[in-house]
Amino acid sequence: MRRRHAGVTALVLAVLLSGAAPAPARVVSESQVHEVAGELRCVVCQNLSVADSPSEMARQMRVIVRERLEAGESPAEVVQYFVDRYGEWILLSPRRRGFNLLVWFAPLAAVAVGLAIVAVLVRRWTRRPASEGTAPSLDPAMRERIRRETEAER
Amino acid sequence: MSRRAWRWLIPLAALPLLALLAYGFRVNPREIPSPLVGRPAPGFALTAFDATPLTLDAQRGRVVVVNFWASWCYPACYEEAPVLEQSWRAYRDRGVLVIGVDIQDTVEAAQKFIRDFGLSFPNAPDPTGKVSVDYGTYGVPETFFIDRRGRIRARHVGALTDDVIRAHVERLLAEPAG
Repeated sequence: MRRRHAGVTALVLAVLLSGAAPAPARVVSESQVHEVAGELRCVVCQNLSVADSPSEMARQMRVIVRERLEAGESPAEVVQYFVDRYGEWILLSPRRRGFNLLVWFAPLAAVAVGLAIVAVLVRRWTRRPASEGTAPSLDPAMRERIRRETEAER
Repeated sequence: MSRRAWRWLIPLAALPLLALLAYGFRVNPREIPSPLVGRPAPGFALTAFDATPLTLDAQRGRVVVVNFWASWCYPACYEEAPVLEQSWRAYRDRGVLVIGVDIQDTVEAAQKFIRDFGLSFPNAPDPTGKVSVDYGTYGVPETFFIDRRGRIRARHVGALTDDVIRAHVERLLAEPAG
């Protein structure tokens, strides 16, 4: 009897809940919303993602992300929805294509050039004292003269 | 490489960086061009503060000025509110509609704002923020100028002035309706 009662309660609850909000086409977890929101720039913040910002605008955007995911859109489609309205500026990391590639690879190129310069300089600096140490080779005439003069002083 | 070449190469390498910096400092990072300019204006169906329905689709054939504002947006929204009201009165009989969309606000504060400035054009709250995101707004005030065919033709960020409104509205009014 008690079990049947629980079943009825669950049914009533389900009906009530489904009546309160349109049933989502898909169950979306908080982490899925967080993942998409993490790619988007919070438009009223400085360098914060929609996932991390406590602002009202970011909260509303997270709701929109959730609703679109629940409606069956893929994370890429949801991101595209925002890009269509805000431009690529809304993306926290620029897409890896076209002119944007410069942003991705210029730092790597700069590090490579820097390392090359350091390598050349280090080689130059370490070689010089060694070559200076052996460089003043005495010609035989000079050596003979020193020998004679030191002998003369004895 | 000779010592002389190195002496020239290092300052030369700094030049592109300096050019990039010079460019960067001249560009206002807040002024991001909207990808929506030239595209059909996203439709909306809101309920105005006076409980009348307010839809964009019903305005086809008119030049529509959609202004996003908030009562906490001081001073910019306070500066432009009288300007907007004045323009609305000047243009309402020439086929222009001004619509105010109040975002991230409370109903009481917004209604006080409307009363204080005596705003007579339709104003509606956007409680879910969907309209403001649909228009790609990132702050208030922000204003969109929509032509008679329902296309966004210009966006203005920051407080409106009389000159800005007149320039955009006159240009759109001069275009044929079809």
